[in-house]
Amino acid sequence: MKNDLTRFPVIKNCAYCLSHVPDLVPYGSKPYREIAHNAAIEAEINAYLRSFEEAVCYPPNQTFIGNYSPDDLAAMPRPWFGKSINSDQASAIKKGKFGEILDQETFLAILKLADVLSPPLFLTDKATLQKLHKCLVDHPLLNDLARKLSELPAGLEGQLTEKISPLALPLRVGKDIYGTFSGDLRSEGRDDENLVARYLLENLCVKASGSLAVKWLLHREGIGPEQIDFLISCGEEACGDRYQRGGGGMAKSIGEMCGCINASGMDIKNFCAAPASALVTASALVQAGVFKQIVVVGGGSLAKLGMKFQAFLDHKMQILDDSLASMAFLVTQDDGVSPIIRLEDGAIGKVPIGASTSDESVFRHYLLKPLETLGLQCTDVDKYALELQNPEIMEFAGSGDVAKKNYRKIAAMAVMAKQLDKKDMNSWIDQVGMPGFAPTQGHIPSAVPYIGHAMEDMRRGKIHRAMFLSRASLFLNRCTNLLDGVSFILERNPNLK
Amino acid sequence: MLKGKKVIVFGERDDISGETAGRCLQAAGAEIIYESTACFV
Repeated sequence: MKNDLTRFPVIKNCAYCLSHVPDLVPYGSKPYREIAHNAAIEAEINAYLRSFEEAVCYPPNQTFIGNYSPDDLAAMPRPWFGKSINSDQASAIKKGKFGEILDQETFLAILKLADVLSPPLFLTDKATLQKLHKCLVDHPLLNDLARKLSELPAGLEGQLTEKISPLALPLRVGKDIYGTFSGDLRSEGRDDENLVARYLLENLCVKASGSLAVKWLLHREGIGPEQIDFLISCGEEACGDRYQRGGGGMAKSIGEMCGCINASGMDIKNFCAAPASALVTASALVQAGVFKQIVVVGGGSLAKLGMKFQAFLDHKMQILDDSLASMAFLVTQDDGVSPIIRLEDGAIGKVPIGASTSDESVFRHYLLKPLETLGLQCTDVDKYALELQNPEIMEFAGSGDVAKKNYRKIAAMAVMAKQLDKKDMNSWIDQVGMPGFAPTQGHIPSAVPYIGHAMEDMRRGKIHRAMFLSRASLFLNRCTNLLDGVSFILERNPNLK
Repeated sequence: MLKGKKVIVFGERDDISGETAGRCLQAAGAEIIYESTACFV
């Protein structure tokens, strides 16, 4: 059995989406705090927001949804932003191989649909509700949701104004007001700081964007939602009220919205490494025979919109962190085609509690150890995916090219392990690396954006093996000074010739 | 080299962590009075 690789589960399909929501940027954590100090900043932010067409044509976004490969992106001269575009071009490429870039109005339609409270959190008027309804009717993957939207109460009988409640957040598309988003105003929500408008908006943005990714996943796989057994959500939100902040329930919320009536689900938390932890857990559940078809889904992070906005304003350039990213993966038993995830004892990389948090120690544990366990060297891996943050977002804020820095560390570890000559470091990095192409959405860029491209490259025989390494800043919880690392290896299905 | 000096260490998760920088400074004789690692992603 030792070398029988056909017994491992596979990542059978994937979906990646971006929801371009420039008018939600002021509700990101950093912009929101800065606007609270100086209200004039909101107008500055609004002056530097991108159009939908610009966001669609932006090469890293095109790479995220699969129209460009990472190699295509690497060959494109920087800067990637600020290129001339036209709306015909944007219309043609807003849908990609793996998903799509959704416009803000349609996103508000699914956000409204995600709101199940009565009275609604998202208040709008009947005319606007009809406008949102039309967005869903016109969308080939979302039109089955249109009827549900039409059954929802708009919430407002009178004229829509953004001054309904001082605690509600206006929801706009450009200069047009589409509604307001309030906290839980019912008696059970009173005096609960966990149920204020911004946190509930954060949670419903995860639900809405995650549902978009699941809809795409089911569409790409050609199966109905009722065929899913289990969902695992790996988003960064913390749903729950005063007695169970962060209690969860996002996976089943998304599954409910997508019609996965036979599925149960749970949420996995591990900061940015949650998608890797969720994929490993899903694979183990399939391997053990507990479930057959598991969806791993990650919705987008409202808190991280505009995280680097100040740097963009300082450079008088467009705010590039203006989209909610979401993704979904289907993990199943071996289908004889899709990439397998190696699950032998020791194949999943971990950083033990007793290990030092120095870089060398972390890489020794989640890079070298699993490879050694499998009898492999660093140079036996065709592609590595680490933190794939778009460098164009990071560099202006002074954080440098995170992906490139991590590739140098991997190469240095390979040299220290005597598996690579020092003189070959740069050429090896070019061979096994890629530019970052995901927006700064925390868990989303953490290695897994490459899974879709890896699946394509493995199917074509371009690569055989890829390693995914995710890191988690556990110390952000203020309960520990630890960080975490999770890694796994995907391989071309051994049944493919 | 840094004997008798007190140092404040700021590290970055995806660059040099506070712990790594702190150990180097300690080895050079410094006394770490504050150490922190930030995450910018």
